[in-house]
Amino acid sequence: MVEKRNGPTNVLIVGVGGQGVIMVSKVLAQLCQNHGYEVKQSEVHGMAKRGGGVFSHVRYGSAVWSPTIPEGEADVLLALEWAEALRWINFMNPDTGTFIADTQRIVPPFACRARGRGEEAGYAPQTPEEIMAQVRAGYAIDATSMAEDLGNLKAANTVLLGALSTTLEFPVEDWLEVIRGFVPPHSIDINMAAFAAGREWAQAGDKRVEESAKGLHKADVELQQQVITKLEITEEWCKGCDICVKMCPERCLRLNEQLVAELPDPSKCTGCRMCEWLCPDFAIKITNTPVLEAAE
Amino acid sequence: MNEAVKVASQDAALKPVAGPFTGNEAIARGVWEAGVKVAAAYPGTPSTEIMESVSKYPAADLHAQWSTNEKTALDVAIGASFAGVRAFAAMKHVGLNVAADALMSFSYIGVNAGLVIVVCDDPGIHSSQNEQDTRIFASFAQVPVIEPSDGQEALDFTKYAFELSEKFDTPVIVRATTRLSHTRSEVKVGARQDIQPRAFNENPSKNVMIPSNARNQHPKVLEREALVAEELASSPLNKVEINDTSVGVITMGLSYVYVKEVYPEASVLKLASSYPLSERLVRDFCDQVDRVIVVEELEPVVENALKVMGIRVEGKSLFPRVGEFSPEVVRDGFVNAGLLPEKIRKGNFDFAPMVRPPVLCSGCPHTSCFMALRALDGRVAGDIGCYTLSVVEPLKSMDTCVSMGSSIANAVGMAKAGTQTKPIIATIGDSTFLHSGIPPLIDAVYNQANITVFLLDNHITAMTGGQDHPGTGKTLRGEETARVDFVKLIKALGVEWCETVDSYDMASMYQSLREAVEFKGVSVVISDRPCVLDPQKIKGDPFKVDQNKCVACQSCMNLGCPALTWSSGWHEGRHKVEINPESCMGCSICAQICPTDSIAL
Ligand SMILES: Cc1ncc(C[n+]2csc(CCOP(=O)(O)OP(=O)(O)O)c2C)c(N)n1
Ligand code: SF4
Ligand code: SF4
Repeated sequence: MVEKRNGPTNVLIVGVGGQGVIMVSKVLAQLCQNHGYEVKQSEVHGMAKRGGGVFSHVRYGSAVWSPTIPEGEADVLLALEWAEALRWINFMNPDTGTFIADTQRIVPPFACRARGRGEEAGYAPQTPEEIMAQVRAGYAIDATSMAEDLGNLKAANTVLLGALSTTLEFPVEDWLEVIRGFVPPHSIDINMAAFAAGREWAQAGDKRVEESAKGLHKADVELQQQVITKLEITEEWCKGCDICVKMCPERCLRLNEQLVAELPDPSKCTGCRMCEWLCPDFAIKITNTPVLEAAE
Repeated sequence: MNEAVKVASQDAALKPVAGPFTGNEAIARGVWEAGVKVAAAYPGTPSTEIMESVSKYPAADLHAQWSTNEKTALDVAIGASFAGVRAFAAMKHVGLNVAADALMSFSYIGVNAGLVIVVCDDPGIHSSQNEQDTRIFASFAQVPVIEPSDGQEALDFTKYAFELSEKFDTPVIVRATTRLSHTRSEVKVGARQDIQPRAFNENPSKNVMIPSNARNQHPKVLEREALVAEELASSPLNKVEINDTSVGVITMGLSYVYVKEVYPEASVLKLASSYPLSERLVRDFCDQVDRVIVVEELEPVVENALKVMGIRVEGKSLFPRVGEFSPEVVRDGFVNAGLLPEKIRKGNFDFAPMVRPPVLCSGCPHTSCFMALRALDGRVAGDIGCYTLSVVEPLKSMDTCVSMGSSIANAVGMAKAGTQTKPIIATIGDSTFLHSGIPPLIDAVYNQANITVFLLDNHITAMTGGQDHPGTGKTLRGEETARVDFVKLIKALGVEWCETVDSYDMASMYQSLREAVEFKGVSVVISDRPCVLDPQKIKGDPFKVDQNKCVACQSCMNLGCPALTWSSGWHEGRHKVEINPESCMGCSICAQICPTDSIAL
C-alpha cells in the first residue's frame, strides 16, 4: 500500500503511443474524482501517436498544485512497456515507490539499425530479474501474454490496473465500476477477468519474474565470427545503369565521373551481396572471408 | 466580483463541477459560455483541441470553423466582431506569427463586439519549431494578455477576456501553455450568456486603417494600455498571498502552481496578466517584502518591466530562460537563490534510456515518397507535418525545414543561388500547401525556377491529429463541402508539368520523380493516398516474410516501418526480418522493395 503522506499521491503512467496510456490514466483519475479527491492528470500528446513514448502524470489528494510529479516522488510507476518503465524509473520514489511494468517489448525501428555481423538490437538490455533485485517493491508482469490468453490483447492494460489496485486504497468494486464505464460493452467480461488476473498475480507476491518475461534472443555465438568483406567492380563491364547505387541498402555505392560504380568507403559495405545479385552485367563480386581463414 | 466569476459561481449551484476537462476543453467551455457566435482556428499543437471542443457545442449557438491558416482565422473573427457578435480565434504560438499582420493593425482599430485570441505557447518545444513567448507579442501589439494557471481559470479567464475586450475596445490574448492545455482537472461550469448582437459600427475613421486614421488611433492605443493596466491592477483575478515577508515571489500562469508546490512559505503576487502591468499593483506588493523574485517561464517580460520601474528584482539570474518549467526547475531556482536546501536526487539507476523517436506509422503514405527521394539524391527543402519525421535515419532525406509553407520558396532560393548541382525538390503536405504553399508556388512559376514540388497529399492534416481542411471536402463539423482540386489549382497557377502518383506504387513513384526533375521549369508530383490513422484507421491484411527466402539484406528496414522488426533468424551474420501482424497495415511497400521476393501476403 502507498503510505499516507501530507502531499498528493503520485502515479506516473508510461508507455508507447497507441498503447492506451491516456485511457489508463483516465480510469484512475475518474476513480479518484469519484472518491472526492482533487485530481490533476497531465500528459503531452503531439508526437505520441507516431510510436514515440507517452507519459501521463496522475496526482490526487485534498489539494494538488503542480500537474507534474516531481522527479523521485512517484508513489507508483505503472509502465505498459518495458523500456519505457526503465526510462522513467528514477521518477519513482526509491524508498517508498512501487514499480509495476508489463514485460512486453516494443522494439522501435531505431533499435534495428546496426548492420555489423552479429549485432544485437539496440533495445534496453536490462532484464526484469536485474530490476526486480533493485527496486523496493516491484511487479514485472507479462500482462500482454495474460491478456492474450484471455482472448483480447487490448485487455493488457486492465491486467496492469488489477496489479495497481493492490497498491492504492480504493475498493475493488469501485475500480470495476469505473472500468466498466470505459471499455466497450462487448469486452466487459474479458476486462473483468483481466483485472482479477492482474490483481491475483500481484497479491501472490512481488518481485517474481515469469519464464516468458526473460531476456531477448541472443546472437548465435558462431554467427558473431568476424569476416573480411571485399567488393570488386570490373569497371569495363559496368555500363552505369545505377541499379546497384539505388538498391544498396547501405547506400554506400555511387557512380563516379566516368559513370562507373564505385565504393568510396569500404567500411560501410556489409557484404550483403545485393549489388552482386542485381547487377545485370555481373560487374560486381563480393567475397566474405572469415578473419581466421584470411589470417592463414 | 467581476462578471465572469459571478456568472460561473451562480451556475455552480446548477451544475457544480464538470469534467475532468483538459485546459483546452475548459477554454472551449469559456468560449461557449461567453456567448461567442463565430470561432475560427487553424490546428497546431497544443491548441488544436480547443476548436475541436468548441465544435461540440450546438451549431445553433455558434459557428465554428477551420480556416486555411491562422491569419485567415483571425480575419474571420475580426469580421464577426465588426458585424457585432463576440468572436474567437485559437492558434499555437507560431500561428500568431502568421496572424501578426492582422493583429498589429486590428489593435489600432479595436473591437465592436468582443474578440479574444487564445494562443498556446509550447515551452520545452514538445511539438513545435521554437519556443517563442507570446507575452512579448502581446506587448508588441499592445494587446492585453491574460494568463490562467489551471483548468478553472482557463474557463473563467477566457470569459473575463471578452468583458475586458468590450470594456476597453481592444482584442485580448489569453495565453495558455502546453501543460495547461493538456492537463485534466475538475472545472465548475456555468450557463451560456445571452449576448445581444451590436449594430455595425459605421465609423471608417476607426475601422479603416489609412495613414490619417491610424495616426489618430495610435495615441488611443497608448491611453488604452494605461487604462487596462489600472483595471487589471484592481482585478480579483490577481492573488496576493502574504506569508513569510522576507521573500516575495511575483509569478503568473503555470509557474504559480510550481511555486506553490515547492515553496509554499513564500509571499506571492500571482498576476493575471504580464502585460499591461500596473506599477501600483507591483509596488504595493514589493513594499511588503524584503526580496523580490520573479518566476516566469521563458522570457523575462515581467522582470524587465519591473526593472524599468526601478524595482530591485531577481529572475533570470536564478531561473532558466529556455525550456519548460517543472517542480524541479523551479525548486532549483530557489536553491540558487539560497532559499531552499539542495535536494538530494535519490534515483539510483544510472543507465541511459533507449532512444525511441517518433516514426512514420506503418503503412504511412509518406514512406514511399521519402524512400524515392533518398534514392534520387536530390537537395530537399522540407516543410512541417508528419513527413518531417523523414529527417532522421533510415529515410533521412530532408535537408531543410524552416516554418510552415517555407519549402517551395526555399527551393526557389536554392535554385536561384545557382550553386546546387543536385536536383532541387520541395516537399509539402496538403494542409501546409493550402496554409501557405500557394503564393510561393506562384512565385516559382512567375520567376521560372527550375524546381520540383512534391505535394504529399494524404487527404488530412495528420500531424496535429487529423483535422479536415479545404482539400478534404469536409468542414470542422463534418458536413460535406466544396473540395479543392489540387491538379486544377496547380495547372491554373501556370504549372505545365503535373502528375499524380499512387503512394503505394513504388516503381511509379521513382519514375515520376525522375521525369519531374528532368523537366526544365516548375514540375509538381502529387502523391495520393489517405493517412492510415485519420480520418479513419486503415488496416489491411498483414504481409509475411518467408524466413527461408529472406537474405537479411535490410533493404526493407530502410523504410523504417514500425511493423518491420528483426526475427530470431540470421543470415550471414545479419538479422532476418519479420513483420508484426498486429501493426502491419498491408501497404505492400516492403514487398515491392524486397529484392528476393520474400515478402508476400
Ligand atoms: C504556423 C503554424 N501553424 C500550425 C502548425 C502546426 N502544424 C504542424 S504541421 C501541420 C500540418 C501538417 O499537415 P500536412 O501538411 O497535411 O502534413 P501531414 O501531417 O498530414 O503529413 C500543422 C498544422 C505550425 N507548425 N505552424
Ligand atoms: S498519422 Fe498518417 S501521415 Fe502521419 S505518420 Fe501516420 S500514416 Fe503517416
Ligand atoms: S506491408 Fe510492409 S511496409 Fe507496409 S505496413 Fe506492412 S510491414 Fe510495413
